[in-house]
Amino acid sequence: MAEAVQKARVVRGRSRSSPRPFGALVWALPPIAALILFFLYPLALVVQQSFHPDTGGTSLQPYADVFASEGFRHALWTTVWLALASTAGCLVLGFLLALVIAFVPFPGAKAVARFIDVYLSFPSFLITLALLFIYGTTGIVGSFQFLTTPWGVLLAEVTYFTPFVMRPLLAAFSQLDTAQLEAASSLGARAPRIVRRVILPEALPALAAGGSLVLVLCLNEFGIVLFTGAKGVTTLPMLVYSKAILESDYPGACVVAVVNVLISVGLYGLYRVVSRRAGA
Amino acid sequence: MGIRFDSVTVAYDGNVVLDSLDLTVEPGEVMALLGPSGSGKTTALRAVAGFVRPASGRVFLGDRDVTDLPPYRRGIGMVVQQYALFPHLRVDENVAFGLRARKTPKGEIRGRVAEALEMTGMAAYARRFPRELSGGQQQRVAIARALAIRPDVLLLDEPLSALDAQLRSGMLAELARLHRELPDVSMLYVTHDQVEALTLADRIAVMDAAKLRACGTPRQLYRAPTDEFTASFVGGANLVPVTVGTGGVFFAGTEVKVDTDGVIPGAWATLCVRPHLVGLGEGPNQFIGTVTEIQWRGATHRLYVNVDGHTVMADLRELKNPPGLGDSVSLHFASEDAVLLPAGVSHG
Ligand SMILES: Nc1ncnc2c1ncn2[C@@H]1O[C@H](COP(=O)(O)OP(=O)(O)OP(=O)(O)O)[C@@H](O)[C@H]1O
Ligand SMILES: [Mg+2]
Repeated sequence: MAEAVQKARVVRGRSRSSPRPFGALVWALPPIAALILFFLYPLALVVQQSFHPDTGGTSLQPYADVFASEGFRHALWTTVWLALASTAGCLVLGFLLALVIAFVPFPGAKAVARFIDVYLSFPSFLITLALLFIYGTTGIVGSFQFLTTPWGVLLAEVTYFTPFVMRPLLAAFSQLDTAQLEAASSLGARAPRIVRRVILPEALPALAAGGSLVLVLCLNEFGIVLFTGAKGVTTLPMLVYSKAILESDYPGACVVAVVNVLISVGLYGLYRVVSRRAGA
Repeated sequence: MGIRFDSVTVAYDGNVVLDSLDLTVEPGEVMALLGPSGSGKTTALRAVAGFVRPASGRVFLGDRDVTDLPPYRRGIGMVVQQYALFPHLRVDENVAFGLRARKTPKGEIRGRVAEALEMTGMAAYARRFPRELSGGQQQRVAIARALAIRPDVLLLDEPLSALDAQLRSGMLAELARLHRELPDVSMLYVTHDQVEALTLADRIAVMDAAKLRACGTPRQLYRAPTDEFTASFVGGANLVPVTVGTGGVFFAGTEVKVDTDGVIPGAWATLCVRPHLVGLGEGPNQFIGTVTEIQWRGATHRLYVNVDGHTVMADLRELKNPPGLGDSVSLHFASEDAVLLPAGVSHG
């Protein structure tokens, strides 16, 4: 008892000299607990399940099975290239559109910029539905088969995710000093050079932020792939869905889910490293 | 190459902010555009640079009508108050920007950049980023960047306003030196600081409320202003309403002998006397008033004296025994130091 009191005193004595490790811990505890309870625990369950084949016991068998299947490898490839291509498409399209909205004076530019905020709140399947109405089998423009191909998914993802790139870009452009653009112009630079040498370098952080967000969102996109009804297009989230719900292969589904999470985190990390190297 | 404004009018949403400006800057001349805030100085400058389109009138660079040319084809150097350097480019790349944009041969760029940095005393900072420089250094880089393309016309919009007073006078001397080194470059120098205009300019154009009020050499505008606004804005002035007699004017019961050529006897006019030309005590053109305020300014005392309902300012060499508030004092001035102006707002 006396020992404990002494210890407490020592702790209190130390906390006065060093910057309050105890107090900081108290404040950090609730969010950490919430994180563990609502995020890490379910994730751990998924990981745990992925090591428990239906036949019982703990083994790497589910991984071996999934990795060996042609379907998985195909889905993995589809997911990655679709996400990368969509991100690239969003970056290019988003940059061009944001340039026009920010720098080409046309009536309603403000309204368009505000509409983008609203657009971000739309569910992703809505855009796919809209595309179906335009290009689908009973569409306005006429029936186009490409909607049910990977290209259809790519189109839908670019359409839906481009505003996610535009928003940080528009914010960055509004911070840009117009005096710099005018100085460049006086010095003899035309629009393309100003875009390349003045605007683009200052937009890099915004591009990196928007691009990494879109990349991760695309890797995990489910609604768009489902709604295009593209038969041949199976991405990892779709594979998780079909394994878990349609085939009741829970360990298999968990394996795919774990892979999906690892790729998301890995690509995101890579993207950050690359964009930091690029000076963003 | 000179600059010529030919009845240039600029309006924003029907608001005229530059009212049919006629002004010529001779080749190699430094013209200061001086005026209070909002008088249209920047607008005039931007019309030359090509960033605002005149509603009417033409802008000429030399013999070339540039009114319809985009900014990148005008070949003008421009320096603004906030430097506007490219933050992600090092100093030498900032200076090289214009050369690259104008497709200067690669081998030539390095030398031209070094030359421009040398001229502005920034050669030692070539590999720094703008954020690693002080305000004065950044402004030197901005000037180097503008000069690197060897423009015939240099536009400066309050280039020293963001600097502190001491640095400002140093930079002013630098600009004067640059002008001596580049005698063929015409400069249009926007400022609302009369000291900068008087120090640097060959001629000063005084602007007020979108209009050109006066244009002349600093000496002309200071010694013989032609309107009340110019008189008070350039150098400060006592402006008092007087009635014109024959061979003189009447102020506070005193007759002042001034040149009244071209003014009708009996009409109203404004008498202009610089504060530092007003003396204390007995003398010619003497009048009496009450001291309402005294300011000690180090080397001088400024007296505000109420004469017949008008405030007269006198800048006097530091007084041993300054008068007290409410004291009655005599002031005087020499006839040749007074200028008669057409009656204006001081009669309001
Ligand atoms: N883009 C614009 N749109 C509308 N009005 C403008 C615009 N730019 C300037 N003005 C108006 O034009 C008038 C002149 O502006 P200008 O910038 O030429 O003044 P200035 O003499 O340079 O003043 P300062 O000394 O404060 O820089 C001002 O009344 C200003 O409000
Ligand atoms: Mg201005």
